[in-house]
Amino acid sequence: MKPIKSVILLLLVVIASSFTKDSFSYEDGYKVGDYASDFSLKNIDGKMVSLADFNDAKGYLVIFTCNTCPYAKAYEDRIIALDKKYKTKGVPVVAINPNNPKVQPGDSFEKMIKRAEKKGFTFPYLLDEGQKVYPQYGATRTPHVFLLEKTTKGNKVRYIGAIDDNYQDAEAVETKYVEDAIEAMLDGKEIKINSTKAIGCSIKV
Amino acid sequence: MKRLYIFAFFVFLISCKTEDSKPEKAENKEDVSLLEPKEVLAEDSLSVAVYNFDGLEPLLNKKDDKTYIINFWATWCKPCIKELPYFEKINAEYKNKKVEVILVSMDFPKMYKSHLIPFIEKRGLQSRVVALDDPKQNTWIPKVNEDWSGAIPATLIYNKDKREFYERSFEYEELENTVQQFLK
Repeated sequence: MKPIKSVILLLLVVIASSFTKDSFSYEDGYKVGDYASDFSLKNIDGKMVSLADFNDAKGYLVIFTCNTCPYAKAYEDRIIALDKKYKTKGVPVVAINPNNPKVQPGDSFEKMIKRAEKKGFTFPYLLDEGQKVYPQYGATRTPHVFLLEKTTKGNKVRYIGAIDDNYQDAEAVETKYVEDAIEAMLDGKEIKINSTKAIGCSIKV
Repeated sequence: MKRLYIFAFFVFLISCKTEDSKPEKAENKEDVSLLEPKEVLAEDSLSVAVYNFDGLEPLLNKKDDKTYIINFWATWCKPCIKELPYFEKINAEYKNKKVEVILVSMDFPKMYKSHLIPFIEKRGLQSRVVALDDPKQNTWIPKVNEDWSGAIPATLIYNKDKREFYERSFEYEELENTVQQFLK
């Protein structure tokens, strides 16, 4: 290929890829049915945690959340309740803070430890150090839930979205999306609502 | 509840009266009366209409000759606050080019009095601010845009010929360039 041609081609690729990133970034990440990759991230107790560490798990509730977002805070008690209810049934909560602490100092590792202590988190609360994991999953906001089912082929994404349909008032919830999805998954039934949308805080990069 | 509506209506009447002297705001009055907000927050000369999504939806689908910039934000959202002055600047500088900015606050209702109203006053926001209070997000988010994950800041820009949605934050230049594409 002539040099000029390859330069043009290269330019085209660069332009196309920058366009793609700008306009279609929401298409990145997992969709329901994809297999999610494992990770190794530092927990608030200083130990590294991977999905593979949970030998008896039938699945995982991977929740991208943080200390600072009002929507994430509004769901903290409900996340604790989910973990208590489903850990014993083989679906533990694994919470990941995807924010860059340099941009959002309230989401630093130290502040994560404090928040977890104050709220009495019963689940691992991991920092996505270097912010490599959340883009793989395609998390865009906090809180953002990914329900995974452990299968022989890998961890299959079964549900993506919100915890339930009322962030303001746990008492006024009509549909518990995540609970319904876990129950159906454990019963081997079809998950009727497998993705939902909710307002949340953008991830700080 | 009924008393609240009567109160809201009363507040609306008062707020109209104070705005009579400003002709460029005449159009807003019409919207407010058309859409029947759930509630009107009022403090001094400031009033903010609170809508559920059905009430807000007409604002996202107007068919006149203006270009509307609908920015979804909240007082607690850092990147939203950072870009707010850019939207204010566009609203001021492009007013005579038939561009209108509408700032849709996603603040929690319990934060309206403590955060939203003081914020609007302190910053002296000139763009029209409305509040959206509708917990059924999975129902209304796709109606704003199919591809919106729900993260804010997010901005809808539209006129009768063109409609684009941006789940991202803007620098001023980017925003201005984007808006200009709607004015061609």
